[in-house]
Amino acid sequence: MKPLKKLMGLILIILSPVILYFLINGALVNIDVNGKRDINKPIPWIIIITIFTPISVGLGIFGYYAFKGEYDDVNDYAENDHHLQMP
Amino acid sequence: MESNKGIGKIIFTSSLGTLIEWYDFYIFGMLAKTISIQFFPEGNEATALLSTLAIFAAGFLVRPFGAMVFGRLGDMIGRKSTFLLTLILMGGSTFLIGLVPSYKSIGMMAPLLVLLLRLIQGLALGGEYGGAATYVAEYAPANRRGYYTSWIQTTATLGLFVSLGVIMAVKSNLSDAQFNAEWGGWRYPFWVSIILVAVSIYIRLKMEESPLFTALKKEGKTSKHPLKESFGNKSNFKMVLLALFGAVMGQGVIWYTGQFYAQSFLENTAKLDFMQSREILLWAIALGTPFFLVFGALSDRIGRKWIMIGGMLLGAICYRPIFTAFLHDTDINSFVVDVHKPGAPYELIQANITHADTNAVNHTIITNSKSTWKLPNNMQLSESRADTLYNYNMLAGAYLHADQHPVFNGIILPNAKKWKFIFLVWMMIVFVTMAYGPIAAFLVELFPTKIRYTSMSLPYHIGNGVFGGLVPFIATLLSVTFTTDPLVGLWYPIGIASLSAIIGILFLPNKIAQNIKA
Repeated sequence: MKPLKKLMGLILIILSPVILYFLINGALVNIDVNGKRDINKPIPWIIIITIFTPISVGLGIFGYYAFKGEYDDVNDYAENDHHLQMP
Repeated sequence: MESNKGIGKIIFTSSLGTLIEWYDFYIFGMLAKTISIQFFPEGNEATALLSTLAIFAAGFLVRPFGAMVFGRLGDMIGRKSTFLLTLILMGGSTFLIGLVPSYKSIGMMAPLLVLLLRLIQGLALGGEYGGAATYVAEYAPANRRGYYTSWIQTTATLGLFVSLGVIMAVKSNLSDAQFNAEWGGWRYPFWVSIILVAVSIYIRLKMEESPLFTALKKEGKTSKHPLKESFGNKSNFKMVLLALFGAVMGQGVIWYTGQFYAQSFLENTAKLDFMQSREILLWAIALGTPFFLVFGALSDRIGRKWIMIGGMLLGAICYRPIFTAFLHDTDINSFVVDVHKPGAPYELIQANITHADTNAVNHTIITNSKSTWKLPNNMQLSESRADTLYNYNMLAGAYLHADQHPVFNGIILPNAKKWKFIFLVWMMIVFVTMAYGPIAAFLVELFPTKIRYTSMSLPYHIGNGVFGGLVPFIATLLSVTFTTDPLVGLWYPIGIASLSAIIGILFLPNKIAQNIKA
């Protein structure tokens, strides 16, 4: 499982900038002052790229953590149930 | 921790308020067409901009922002006060939208006020869900946490059900003119909200603070900086990312596709009649909603992970066959080609000419006509034509020059096919119940009490508001890029659900609730 997790981490690190590239490219191709659809208006693209930039960075960080094996012990996370017991 | 006695009241009071908040948020979207006419008239660039902001900013920007604002408050001052505040904000802004005069009466103030109120709605929604889920989970015994929190999970779908039902009830009792008038029936669902919210506020005021939060507060262990501790602390931030990409991202697109996208597809692409498309959704929701509880309870026995991932994978596998069936069964191509050929097997049930003139050479010019046809398979549909020229001067010979671009819609399916469609939408709702039913329990178990509200609210609203809310936008984007495949838009939810499922399979813990000693 560990090599698979590492591979997935690597894929997500690569995916992170690729998603942003496609979004920015999509905006440049589709924004059209004469268009009537939502994808032709600049505002939705500005909002989506604004909110997706940190999400995409988060995906890259997640991939980095996964690549470094920081999630390898997560399956033994049952002790977290203590959080839902009375302190 | 609360014993089973009294938990019913806690679930009811929490769920009722959350259901009302969903209802409030949905009616705006469901009445978008009428709202647009009243507040954002076409041809005005400023109102068009405000309309776009109302649609996109409320879901994408303000919901996650509300999750952080109210999550922080909930972890600092308590769950009860915070989700009471979100309810007041949501109910108040919904009621006020119903009172804003139209653009015709007060000009630009109308769209500005509606935008502001819609943003408040988004903000309040961002704060509500995390509070209700946390509150119920902190009362629930560990071995029933999935089941008890699944009641909260029913509220989003039931909110959709109630909003559809109220709008259909109002619409079916009024004419189109009465419904769409400036102070017409479309405002009633907004006004109804104030009664629902008042009842819910009264009930919630009687609730007590969550026992875990109360104990934490007594010991002075509540968080002073929930945002910093949630997202600045590496070990917790890792869990926030895992929750988002391994679970909520996929669940969000499954939720949106199974309910909103299905409805929009049936009406706009499959061209089903307005009332029948909603009837199909109502039946599917009514028959599917109990499965939230089934899968919530099941998650207490076999764990949350595989049920959620199962819902995502089933959606990814079944969406294309299901939507292909929708298109196949509403295909009217042969009708469109043959309808006016002599001997074509179509029965004209009703023909309405709403405007006709006769000119000097005895030509009848029909500028608006609508016909209802019955097809050999008992399907009915409407045909609208404009600018049809008809000559009934017998000396010159009768002829018809029909509009070359008629609009076909309003398809009414025969009973057997209607039930087939209900079954297919029901299947998609069941996928929703699998992915969404156990997720509240899964999220609350991932984070510690002192920052739980903040930590679970943000990934939840990014997953549902952003990834889920993007389904129609990306679907349009794909359909204009790849024009040959009418179902190309489905690759977005299929892709996101598959990616999330793979991440989930590899990284998610499979928690099985058990009573661990304190």
